[in-house]
Amino acid sequence: MQVAGFRLPASSSLLLWLLLWELVGRAEVTILLPPITAIAARLVEIVPTPSFAEALAITGQAFFLGNAIAILVGVPVGVLMGRSRIADELLLPWVNLFVSAPLSALVPVLMLLFGIGQTTIVTTVFLFAVWIIVLDTRAGVRGIPPSLLEMARCYGAGPLQCFFKIHLLAALPEILTGIRMGVIRGVKGVVIGQLLVSVVGFGHLFEIYSSNFLMEHFWALLFVLFAFAVLVAEGLAWLERRVDYFAAARH
Amino acid sequence: MSAPSTATATRPTAPSTRPIVEVRGVSKVYGKVRALHAIDLEFEPGRLTSLLGPSGCGKTTLLKIIAGLIPPSEGEVRIQGRPVTGPGPERAFVFQDFALLPWATVLKNVAFGLELRGVPRAEREERARHWIAEVGLAGFEQSYPHQLSGGMRQRVGLARALAVDAQVLLMDEPFSAVDEQTRRKFQEDLLGLVAREKKTFLFVTHSIEEAVYLSDRIVLLSPRPGRVAGIVEPKIRRDGDPERIRRDPVYLDTVETIWRGLKGYVE
Repeated sequence: MQVAGFRLPASSSLLLWLLLWELVGRAEVTILLPPITAIAARLVEIVPTPSFAEALAITGQAFFLGNAIAILVGVPVGVLMGRSRIADELLLPWVNLFVSAPLSALVPVLMLLFGIGQTTIVTTVFLFAVWIIVLDTRAGVRGIPPSLLEMARCYGAGPLQCFFKIHLLAALPEILTGIRMGVIRGVKGVVIGQLLVSVVGFGHLFEIYSSNFLMEHFWALLFVLFAFAVLVAEGLAWLERRVDYFAAARH
Repeated sequence: MSAPSTATATRPTAPSTRPIVEVRGVSKVYGKVRALHAIDLEFEPGRLTSLLGPSGCGKTTLLKIIAGLIPPSEGEVRIQGRPVTGPGPERAFVFQDFALLPWATVLKNVAFGLELRGVPRAEREERARHWIAEVGLAGFEQSYPHQLSGGMRQRVGLARALAVDAQVLLMDEPFSAVDEQTRRKFQEDLLGLVAREKKTFLFVTHSIEEAVYLSDRIVLLSPRPGRVAGIVEPKIRRDGDPERIRRDPVYLDTVETIWRGLKGYVE
């Protein structure tokens, strides 16, 4: 964007919105919106505290565990569905159902199954992330030219070699897209899971802050989560661009 | 649409050596479509045989049955006397669309067959380098397929097939996705290869000129259902200048004879 001949950096509009927020906050229009500078100060204050560190550790653990299981399950299932007609017909309706279902509604059921704790949250992250990974992997595998698989068989590849040396690599761009989208959903999963369980991690802190009207704390924590989600998504997008060179050259 | 038993072709002469590939009564049925019907063929070592016919005659299907990629509905294929149940190390395949790994370098692509067989890295790369040079791609070892022209990509596919040192090379319309000038050069090089390597070449093509130029023997297939309509053995001297073959009267006559025989199958 250019203003009066000056080239502004890409996210300079953000400054304008932050300024507006600050003014609204200073005018004390509502208790829900404290000034942005106060939130920033609170952020610096709460991040080094032990309760924050503990919440971060337990959230990170659930997030990474849930996503890791989703990738380890989702990619092979997606490859299987892409290869086998029978597996595809058996599983596709369920995958399509769950990929668009309001999974938050399932969390209370998960609490009954797995108790009020970390297991429920890991399962929530898994359920949020896995379906899109399955679907994207499946699409990638279906797009592999048949001759590539015939070639592998011709030169003596068994099913395992086909999986690791052809399917995984040939469908890598789609698999990475699926993983990126799955991980972004996983961020939602971990937050929703913790909010509903509300006795562990950030969910617990949110519960304390909001029930005590500590809005500066509340916003500071929210910003941390936003930053985390954006960082994860951008990191994976960067990884995806690195393999894009061959996605474009495949066909 | 019945296939007449054409008399345009000479019958095969008695095989001088034991056949390496035997096709015995092979038929292939897809649902209600009969793609191949009662094919009996033998292929001897050191010769190049073309499977020639219009599209829909099942020539690629036959090649893939011999490769062990598709099971026949009836009959069997034997390689060196042993029945085929799947792909095997004594056969290598060259694909129409090259079938290269787009994420791997030329070196890794050529070494792929050896990699699958568990040949150690140093050894397989040495053998791959040898065959890359042999097909005229020295200097392109670290290139990726998308950086190469169609003709160069197929040279990679050929080098990969040669690197595994299979006795039988199965080539499925390998030059059809390559431009005309490149194809001519390729055909000349292939003649040299057939003369140097004592391997059995099975070559699928729909080009009469290509088949006559390259082949010691041409199997004519008729369409729907695919069956052997005749066998031609062009008596062309191939030891001189490869360009002379295209002006050889025997070459021109054979092309003409085959065209008259196949004309009836073209809609």
